[in-house]
Order: sequence, then structure tokens, then C-alpha cells
Amino acid sequence: MPKREDIHNILVIGSGPIVIGQGCEFDYSGTQACKALRAEGYRVVLLNSNPATIMTDPETADRTYVEPITPHFVQRILQLEKDRGQPIDALLPTLGGQTGLNCAMETHELGILAEYGVEMIGASPETIAKAEDRTLFKQAMQRIGLDLPKSGTAHNMDEARAIIADIGLPCCIRPAYTLGGEGGGFVSTMDAFVDIAARGLARSRIGEILIEESLYGWKEFELEVIRDCNDNVVIICSIENMDPMGVHTGDSITVAPAQTLTDREYQRMRDSAKAVMREIGVTCGGSNVQFAVDPRTGRQCIIEMNPRVSRSSALASKATGYPIAKVAAKLAVGYSLDEIPNDITRTTPASFEPTIDYCVVKIPRWTFEKFPDADETLTTQMKSVGEAMAIGRTFKEAFQKCIRSMEIQRAGFGLDRNDRWLTSAHERFAEGQADAYRTLRIREEVADEAIMLGSRQGEAPADVDESTATHWPIDRAALRQKLSTPCQGRPYYIRYAFKMGWTIEQVHELTQIDPWFLDQMQQLVEFEAELLEHAPQVVAAATHGGVGVGTDLLRKSEMLGYSATQIALALRTQIGRTDQIEPRDDDGAFRMVDTCAAEFEAATPYYYSTHEAPTMRVEDGRVVNGVEHEIRLKAEPHVVVLGGGPNRIGQGIEFDYCCVHAAMEARRLGYRTVMINSNPETVSTDYDTSDVLFFEPLTHEDVLRVLRNIVAQAPLRGVIVQFGGQTPLNLAEALKAAGAPIIGTPPESIHLSEDRDEFTKLLSELGLLQPESGTARSVEQAHDIAERLGFPVLIRPSYVLGGRAMELCNNHEDLDRYVRRAFAATDRVSAGMNAPPPVLIDKFLLDATEIDVDAVADFSRPGDTKGDCVVCGIMEHIEHAGIHSGDSTCAIPPHSLSAEKVRELERQAQLLARGIGVRGLMNVQFAIAEGKPYVLEVNPRASRTVPFVSKATGVPWAKVATSVMLGRSLRDVLWDYGVGRRPRPTMTAIKAPVFPFKKFHGVDAVLGPEMRSTGEVMGIDESFGLAFAKAAMATGLSLPMSGNALVSVNDPDKPRVLPIARELKEMGFKLFATVGTHLALKTAGIPSVVVSKQAGAPEGFLLDLINHGVLDLLINTPIHYGASWEEGRWRAAATARHLPLITTIAGAQAAVAAIREMKARGANRALGVRALQDYGAGLR
Amino acid sequence: MRTMRCYLALEDGTVFAGESFGAEGTSAGEVVFNTAMSGYQEILTDPSYCGQIVTMTSPLIGNYGVNLEDVEAAKLHLSGFVVKELARRHSSYRASGSLHEYLHAAGVVGISGVDTRALTRRLRDRGSLRGVISTEMSDPAVLVGKARASAQMEGRNLVEAVMPRNETRIESAGGSAKFRVVAVDCGIKQNILRELAQLGCEVRVVPPTTSAERILESRPHGLLLGNGPGDPATVGEAIATMQSLIGRLPIFGICLGHQLLALALGAKTYKLKFGHHGANHPVQNVDTGRVEITSQNHGFAVDVPSLQAVGGRVTHVNLYDKSLEGFAHADQRVFAVQYHPEAAPGPHDSQYLFEQFVGMLGD
Repeated sequence: MPKREDIHNILVIGSGPIVIGQGCEFDYSGTQACKALRAEGYRVVLLNSNPATIMTDPETADRTYVEPITPHFVQRILQLEKDRGQPIDALLPTLGGQTGLNCAMETHELGILAEYGVEMIGASPETIAKAEDRTLFKQAMQRIGLDLPKSGTAHNMDEARAIIADIGLPCCIRPAYTLGGEGGGFVSTMDAFVDIAARGLARSRIGEILIEESLYGWKEFELEVIRDCNDNVVIICSIENMDPMGVHTGDSITVAPAQTLTDREYQRMRDSAKAVMREIGVTCGGSNVQFAVDPRTGRQCIIEMNPRVSRSSALASKATGYPIAKVAAKLAVGYSLDEIPNDITRTTPASFEPTIDYCVVKIPRWTFEKFPDADETLTTQMKSVGEAMAIGRTFKEAFQKCIRSMEIQRAGFGLDRNDRWLTSAHERFAEGQADAYRTLRIREEVADEAIMLGSRQGEAPADVDESTATHWPIDRAALRQKLSTPCQGRPYYIRYAFKMGWTIEQVHELTQIDPWFLDQMQQLVEFEAELLEHAPQVVAAATHGGVGVGTDLLRKSEMLGYSATQIALALRTQIGRTDQIEPRDDDGAFRMVDTCAAEFEAATPYYYSTHEAPTMRVEDGRVVNGVEHEIRLKAEPHVVVLGGGPNRIGQGIEFDYCCVHAAMEARRLGYRTVMINSNPETVSTDYDTSDVLFFEPLTHEDVLRVLRNIVAQAPLRGVIVQFGGQTPLNLAEALKAAGAPIIGTPPESIHLSEDRDEFTKLLSELGLLQPESGTARSVEQAHDIAERLGFPVLIRPSYVLGGRAMELCNNHEDLDRYVRRAFAATDRVSAGMNAPPPVLIDKFLLDATEIDVDAVADFSRPGDTKGDCVVCGIMEHIEHAGIHSGDSTCAIPPHSLSAEKVRELERQAQLLARGIGVRGLMNVQFAIAEGKPYVLEVNPRASRTVPFVSKATGVPWAKVATSVMLGRSLRDVLWDYGVGRRPRPTMTAIKAPVFPFKKFHGVDAVLGPEMRSTGEVMGIDESFGLAFAKAAMATGLSLPMSGNALVSVNDPDKPRVLPIARELKEMGFKLFATVGTHLALKTAGIPSVVVSKQAGAPEGFLLDLINHGVLDLLINTPIHYGASWEEGRWRAAATARHLPLITTIAGAQAAVAAIREMKARGANRALGVRALQDYGAGLR
Repeated sequence: MRTMRCYLALEDGTVFAGESFGAEGTSAGEVVFNTAMSGYQEILTDPSYCGQIVTMTSPLIGNYGVNLEDVEAAKLHLSGFVVKELARRHSSYRASGSLHEYLHAAGVVGISGVDTRALTRRLRDRGSLRGVISTEMSDPAVLVGKARASAQMEGRNLVEAVMPRNETRIESAGGSAKFRVVAVDCGIKQNILRELAQLGCEVRVVPPTTSAERILESRPHGLLLGNGPGDPATVGEAIATMQSLIGRLPIFGICLGHQLLALALGAKTYKLKFGHHGANHPVQNVDTGRVEITSQNHGFAVDVPSLQAVGGRVTHVNLYDKSLEGFAHADQRVFAVQYHPEAAPGPHDSQYLFEQFVGMLGD
């Protein structure tokens, strides 16, 4: 059927900030859908509170509202668009994850959609309710005769107890309408049952939980399904979870396509999925249907379905090349599948099922290292923040490529610096045990106290809780425990178990992982033994070539996905290859992702690397060998953009946004663009973001292989490393050494900004201030420096991401502990540097205001006299210095600085840019203490604030920077974009972070120098107070207009909290306070109800007030940090109950200002909306 | 399992080295690729692959082993099996053995470790090629020569090699039969017969050499002409038999049966460049507009103008290449599809065709 002509203006709701369970996959699908709808001639109006998205770029939609995702704001948008004469007639709710879907449903339930005559397209409210409501879903499945786990639905604890009496333990609890299974879990004891059931009831939007028969250990599968209005149904991809049921699919290692189903079982699943689509009533869109299969009997149960695009559909799109979101958007406006072309082949329609001739592996990326108190056991509640995907011709190859895409200091499945077995084997070998490698496998009983080395190095260890297994052989009980508990490090322990001679059956019994997968891992383990047994021959072959067992093993190692790093470490030798960016013969093969297993010629160049045995050709009696290559590049100059790899805290969507803009801008300038990235959730890995896409790990070796293959066919204009965050930046030096043209700020300038000594020298030359500091290369040195500076001091490792291991120390004891951690935390080991870089120790400036400045410059070298620098934005942090800038709330324009101070900061930023020789973006962090600006840090690259600044100022700064990096002058580029010398925003924009605390039960929700937020929102309005209120709302925190506020602050904050408390009182809040704060308030004449910090006291107990929902606001500045302290537990409880919690005085001041303004305007009725396109118009 | 070097050579001079599995020896055939991601056991047991060396584009094969149920014919007729990686260990609650053991017992030579994507691209670009798999020869030139010397598929009657010698009878599922159907077995897949039995048909399975009189002897309600291997134009006897049966009872043709019926009506067939072998081809039902995802396995196709000239009406079209996937001749109560509504392996989207056929039997 052709597209609908009866609708014209479509509202699309995005997913808001990046949180656990809702990553940047919705930016990818939302952007794709917006583009598709506009290409069909519809006018797209977008609501999304996340400024770091491509989706909220003013050119992605016709009208872009960066506002909180709530029914109130939807209503305001509908009204405004109606007033403007282009009323919205349709709402597409299926692209914004659970957030978008929930908001659409609430808006519908409030009657707002009916009032404005808006039709929900893609999925009707009835369909959504049927799929999302546990009871309705169960009834629907029973109607079509599908098997379900035994279950019951409870709305209170009495119902819950009645159900469990029938089903029995163990069981699984799932709350209705939550993200990533939040608040649910598997339980095997009655105590745990009561605990989790109560939590689930509290978390569910409709106060409902499902209690289910335990399918623990069953195999888990997902099908990505699309249905059109003609009832055509196609399955885009099947996904098999390697981790069995019990681990959230977002936390599972998953594989596509399904590997262990016979066709008969697969078709049964396919038939069920089709039946589900019809029964639930998805008439035009995509869904994800999840199944559990009993490995003993083949019994298939349906687990759930999501009537929308999802993380899995993004993965399925990237795994197959089929753009699910784009197709779903076209179906939503009336097209049928056969009317939509397949973009990859261009000659065939979208009404087919992709077939793939490779294996895709996805591994989640966790950040437990940021939350030492969190339980790292994987459950039905998702805990990962990102993921990487790898493609190989075999599972083994894809699995190893994926591990090294993770950036967890693992070069693959073992044989790396963190491999305890290898370390021990090397030690034994060095001691003269020639057979060390062979015998280690069987001599597990040998008492060996050799302590493993280096296993804690890296940004994120693959396994946080390593203390049980630091010796080889690993204690059997510890290993058994590791295998039976799903956790991020489990695959590595499976390898150790095989190394110790455990059988597949033993490992299967503990892990419940299918024996097929275990055998794949065991094959790798066996190969290692073979490799090491022939070590001399392999070394000889690597050095001199030739034929024989050494050459065969080397080739086999490549085909099994081993990196040269692993082989070199295992053999303890540099294998003799020139590490240069020159084409060479034996360079692996690149293969195409084409949706059709090569049956048709594909038009879109989307590649992955693999290794294949050469094919022989008999030509005129001669035999020629060669591996087929599929890369076809045009002869124009190419620009390569290196992406950021898997999302993690400190490196997320903001950097992907910059990479996408870099590719767009390079393309605008006429270059062919190449993207290299391993993150399946992103816009950057969409097949049409760049001209050529390589889905590859971002390691030196993998990137260099791509570059070599590019230069073999086309001129390479340059490689852009400054947009993808720390990941590509860490590769820059070695890539440059290999001959790759790194464009933008040269590595020597980057070095100048990162090396403390050189940087200090530069600052004094420029006459700029810096907090007193020192550089420690040993723990002793650190103590001396701290003594000289005086406590408190701030310590940080060099070259790290997101303030990893950055700590504020008040005494020598803290210092000792943190310095040791900092030495271990640097990222640079992976970049090939041997000695650990120094740890930096700064005098901490008390009560300083922190300022972030983003700028673009076009200098060519340090001190360049030609060139220019433009300040993009000056952001004043609301929290004081000492809280990681990524975790601070900040405002554009600065809300408390004088114009003179702003000019001074601009001047200093420009001096710095020239001094360092920045070409491209630069971020400077200042602290203003006692009226003087101090330079804390300069990063000559894109910072995570670039998208926010771009949205707040209406200038695409990453594009401006890209043009400059490609050689154009800043002046010319600004002219292109119609930007004046000094963009001056007329509105206030506030960026506020969102935290994953509530996913980590019991973790203290307090801010510090280590970044822990997963995403951000933007609030934009006429005044600071209103913008702040919107930002708070967008993070999910509704500032109360009245009610009970509890104040409990540390001694230094007591005088500062008085005006805040007074104002709250004046605005009608009832004040509660803990004893010390109560006394301070009393002295100042502010009445408050005293509460106790301990249970059992005559006064009310603080924790009870929180848990009983008495409080509406909690202001608590910390004395102590962590879950081991009482106050840590209050904060965790407040977070769990969604109680607005403010942990800084500055934050409290801002909140009070916001409450005041909102009250003055008549609460949130006053909060209006305005599209970015209108702000943009105001700026020029 | 010990590994042995093995080679696959194509007539165009390409030689792939790999490892042997299944039987050892030397075997020649037309090399085709199948893009289905599951169902290798059904593919192996499909008699339509007689004379062909089948390459799976899906790289990891053998993962779930083999079982006693997913079998489409008692014997394996293909000439060889090519995979990228053979599973060392299989895993399935239904498995009765490994793929290696299965092929070994059936005497089918297999080769693993082949760059099957490179092979597929070659077949796509040059069309189907003759090839040879051998564990006995290793000289590339000799192997290529052997491939060049093997038989061409065009003009080859392979039905004789796979057809049954005797008639058999299949009872309808669940008690008394509603209809009697004769199925002509040119290498028919068991699932076609299962589908008919499920719908209440008692099926008499006869060789394609059976005369029209003999077929009509049991007073069948309908006739099903099933799939089979080779060039349809060479199966003259069966075509002649069909000519005398058309118009006398409802006839449903599948795959080779589709081609034979078209030829019987007077249409022409031709060889496709590399055929359709897979489980994901979209076929549009011209009458309803709906798209079926279909199971495909054929190297020849029916020429549409010649079919239309003899009164055939196009009912199904392949959306990939617009080739003919189904036709009907309303006056003569004949309809046929080129693809496999019985699936096995593949989606069940076209199962309705069996119901359509059985629906005609009461008339």
C-alpha cells in the first residue's frame, strides 16, 4: 500500500538520557526513522531531552524540542504546533525505548492525544498495553496456545505470597513497565523473595510484578520480527544468548544467528513469533520476541515481546545490514515491505529475511570498577552500560575480536598480560621447566605461590573481584564459585578451568552454558597448547617465513582470531613484522556485510576483517595463490574517523556524536569518509553515516590493518583521532609512528598538554595560574609532594578516562591507598608503553567555582603566530570543583560570573590554544578561587560537552573543528556556518547528569572526582531557575513545590545551608534536620523537626522517614563516603525510592532557585516549550 | 576424528584446499550454494541435490549434529558437501550422531575449511560450475581437469537415479482418509507426503515411470507431482504422462513438478545462472499481494511468455529476480509452485498451498 496521505505532521519521542538499559541505540534508530519519514515528505517534530544525540540535531527533524519527556511537555508541544498552524496528527512512540513508549502511553491515558486528535502510529495503545501488561500478555499467549512459564501477577505482598505458594522456589520476579528489568531478579530463598518482590512493586509504574517459574539454565533466544499492514511478517535476525536464562539479555554475551537450533526448532520459534505479532496486534512495525528453550526437552516458552525498536533490534540491524528502524518507520506510515527497497543490495525488496555468512558476537561492557560496593553478579536486572560487537567468519574469531573491542585490558581470550596461567607458565619456564606450558594443564595440585602480575592494570578489569584467584593454579572452590555465578569475568574462568583440565561437562554443569559454546572455547585453549609446544618453529616462521608447522600455526592463530599481541606475549618475542602503514600481501581478508550471504551484489560498503586460507587458481598450467579481497574504494582522498568503541561511563554517545559530525563534514568537503568502530548501538556504525564502514575493534593492530588496506587502493588524507574520546587518542602516537597521517592537533601538542612538567612550563610562560602540584613516580614521592602542598590534595593517574581512580585525599593514609590504585589504573599499557606513567598530585582548591571552556582553533604548531581561536561556550559548573566535570550540572551562559571574568577566561583559553598549537577542538577546565582563574586541565580534543555546547549555541562545533583539521581556516568555516566571532546565547541552557545508582542496590549516591554518570539531559529556558527545573525534571527528578524537606549537612556546610533552609521554610516546606544541623538551624532561628541518625531513638529515624515516603526532598552533604557508612545507606535508600536527593550546597541553592521561580510562575503549568530551530534563529 | 587434506576444484581453475570429513574419495558434481542458516540435514537428504555438490554459505555447520527425524529421503543423493567450519562437538537434545559420522556412513565426501564466501561469489558471478572434491588427488591441474571432464547439468536426467522402483502407500494421519492422492516421486521430499497425510490424505507414492492408466487405477482425488533433481526437459516419459492426465483430476506441482507440468502444457524451461537455493526468498502471491518467505531449491525455471502462450496464469513471482514461482491453469485444475511449501528446511509461510490443493479434491 502506498504511504498515507492523511497524516502530515508526526511527533517522534526519543528515549532521553543514556541510562543503563537505554543506551544510544535509540539515537541510532530514532535518527534513522526521522530521516526516513522526512524523506517521505512528512514533517517530523521531535521530543528528546538528550542533547548529545544526532537525533536532536536541528537538521534531523523539522522541529526539535529538547524538553523533559513527560505528558505535560508533549501537551505543550501539541498546543504550540497547533498554534503555529501545523497541528500534529500522528505520534510514533516505538522509537524511544521504554521511556518513549511509557510517555506516549501516559499521554494517551490522560486523554491528551484524543484532545488534540493525534493518532498513535506504529503501535496502537491497545497493542502496547497487551505487550507490556503482564496479565494481558499472558492471556494473549494462552489464547494462541503458546507455552509460558508458570506464573502469577501480584499487586501487593499478600498476592505475591499466595502465588509463590503455588509456583514454589526458585522463581523469577519481573516488575511491569520498567527499564532493563529494573527491580526484578531470581530468588531462591523466602527472605530474598520478600525483599525483591517489595522492591519490584515499588519500582513498577503500575505497581505490578510477575512471579514466574524459574527457567534458570534454559537457553535464551530472541527473534527480531517485522510485520506490515498486509500481514507480511519477516524475521530479520535470530539471536542466541550464550549465557543461559537468568542473565538479562542486555548483560548476556549474545551470538547471531542462533547456533544450536535445528531448522525444525527454529521454524517452530518463527511460527510462534509470527503468531505473537498477530495476536498482540503489531500491524506495522518491528518487535523483539524472546524465547526460552529447555535444553533437555526442547520445550519452548515465550518470555516477552517488545512492540518497538530495542537494543536487540539495533544489534540485529548492525549484525545483518537490515535497517530495522528505517523500515519500521516506513511501515508505520502505510508502506508494505515489498514496496521498500533493500538499501544494501538496492535491487531487492525489504520483504525478505537476511541471511548471513559470518558469526556475530556481542559482549556487554560493565563499569563495576566505578562502583566498588555494587554486586557484580549478573541477574535479570541489567547492569552493563554499553556493548561491543564483532564480526568474524567463525564464532572463535568473532569472540576474540569482540573481547579485544571491549578495552578491558584483554587482547583476546587469554594470552595477554592479565592471563594468570600464562604468567605462571612463563615463570616456570624461566625457572628451567622446559615442559612448563604442557604440564601446567594437568598439574593443578602443585602448590604454587607465584603471585600473578599485572592483572589489575587497565581502565576496567575484566573481573573486578579477583582476590580469590590471584594464584595459579586457581583454588578449586574459588573456581567453582566463579563458574557458577554469572559475572563479567566468567569467560576467563572458563578458560582457566579448561587449563586445569576440567571437562566440558563439568563446566557446563556449573555454568549451564551450551556445550557447543564451551567446546569452541576449549578449542582455543587447545590451540594455545599446540602453539606453545611448537614455539620455536612459530618464532622462526614469524621471522623468516617459509612453510611448515610454524607457518601453519601462525595462519591458524589468525583464523582463530588471535591478535599479534597475544601471539607475541605467549611466545615472549616480538614477532618480526614491520609495523608500517604499507600495503602487504598477507593482510587478512575484508568481507562485506550484505544481508544476502553474497547471493547478490551489494552496493553499500560495510566491512569486517577476517582471515581465510588462500585460494589456488590454475592459470595456463601455473598455480597462483591468493585470498579474495572485497574492499572496493573510489580513487578520491579518504578521511578516516576513529570511533569510541563500546559505551562506558566517561566515554559515551557525546563522542559518537562528534565522530558522526566529523564524517558528515568531511563528506561535505568532498572527501570519502571511512568510519572504524565496534559499537553496534551508535549512529556512527549506521551504514550510511560514512561512505565506508569498518566494524572492527579499535586496537592498534586492527586499525592499522584497515589503514593498510585503504592505502592499497586510495589516497589517505588523514585519520581523525580527537573525536572518539580516549580510545582513539590512545592510538594516535603509535599510528603516527606507523606512518598514518593524524590530522588535527598533532600528537606532540597532545603530549605537551598531557605531560605535567611540560604543561607547567608552558603555563608559566603564558603567565597563567595552576594549582600547585607535583608529579609522583613512586608512593614515597607522593607523600613528599602532599606534605609540601598541604592536604587536601587531588590525585590522578595520567591518560585515563572519566576521572578513573581520581581521588581527593585528606590525609597520608588515604593518599597511600589511592596512589597505589592510581598507578595501576592507567590506560597506556595497552598503547604499548612499558613504564607506568606518573601520578599527578594537585593542591585542591577549596570552594572554587569550576568552569569548562570549549574552543576551536586553527593553529599549526605550539606558539603558532598565525591562526585563530574561537570560544564555543563557557560553562559554569553548579557544583564546586572536586566533583568530576562530567558529573556536574553546568550552565551556559555562566550564571554568576561577571562579563569581565568571562572575557578573561576567553583570553586565557585562546592563549592556551596558541601555546599548545591546537588545531581542532580544545577543552579547558578552570577553577576560580578567590577571584582568580586557575587552569586545571587542557584537553586538545573533543570533550563530552561539545554536543551540549552545540545545542546551546546553535553552532555545529564538531563540524567546524573537522573543517579546520582538514586544513581550512577557522574564519572561512565560521563564515560557512554563518557564525559571528562570538556566539552569544540568549537563553540559559543547563546540562544535568543522570546516574545509575538505583541499578546498583545499596551503592552510595554521592558525587566525587570519579565520574559515575551514564548520560545527560539539557534543560533550556529563559532563566537559570526554569532551565534548572527542566533539567531536573528531564533527569527524572521532580522538584517538590511543597512538603517535607530534610537537611543534614557536614560542619563546613552548616553556615551555608542556612539561607537555603530559610528559603525552603518561607516557601512553605516543613523542615526536618539531624541533630547537628538542627542545632545550627535553631541558632539561626529556623525551626525544624529533629530526626535521629540511629534507629531506636525517641526522635524519628531518618531511614524510616525515607522508606516510609514521608520526605519530599533530602539535602545531605557527605561527611563520609560509601555504603559502609550510615549516611551512605540513607542516600542509597533515597535513590532507590526516587526521592529527590541533593548532595552539594551549590546543588541545593540551584534547586531552591528553581523551586522559587516555578512557584512564582504557578508551578509547572508555567513551563513552556520552544523548538531548537527557534533558538537557533535567535542566535544568528 | 583425524583430519585429512581434501581439495575442491572448479572447472574455471579455482582450487580450494581444506580438510576432509564424511567419506573419503573423489566425487564430481555441479557446485551450488545454499543460503539457509539452518537445516543442513534436510538439505543433505533432499534428493533434488542429486548430482550436485552443495556449499553452505552459513559458515558454522554441524552444530546440532544429526537426528532421526529431520530426514527428507532414506538415502543421501548429493555428490559432496562443502562447509567453512565443521562443528567438532554438536549439541542438541535430539541429536543421534555427528554430521561427520552421518556423511561417512552415507558415503558422501565433505570438505571443511573452505572460504565458502569466495566460492559463493565465484558461483554468483560465473554461474553454476562443475567441480570435484577429492581426498585422493592433490595436483591442482589434475583436479581442475577432472572437474572439466564431469557431466554437465543441462540435459541430464537424474530422476532415474533417485526415483523409487516400487509403489508405496502412506496412511493419512489420525485415522480414516478423506481423500486419495497419488504422489509422483521423482525424488520427493518426505515432508510433502507428511503434509498431505496431516490433511487427511491417503497417499500412493508412485515412480515417474508409472503410466496414466495405472495412476488412475486407484481412482485418486488428486495428483501431486513432487520435486526432483536434474534437467526437467529430460524427463520425457513423465511429461507425456502428465499431458494425458491434465484436465482429468486436480494436479499440484512442486519444484521439478512445477517445471514438468509447464512442459506438459507446452511451455519451456531454461537453466538459471546459479539457481535458487535457500530459505529466505520473498515470493509474492499475485492474487493476494502477500509476500511469502520461501524455501527454494532449483536450478531451472519456467519461461513465462511460453507459459502464458499456453494459457498458464502467473500466480507467484520471485521478488528477487522476478522469475516465475507459481502458475495455475484454472480450466485444467492444475496449479504449481517452483518453491517448496513443505519447507524442511525453511519457513512455513506457504503451507496454505497444501490446504488449497486438498480443498480442490472434493470437487
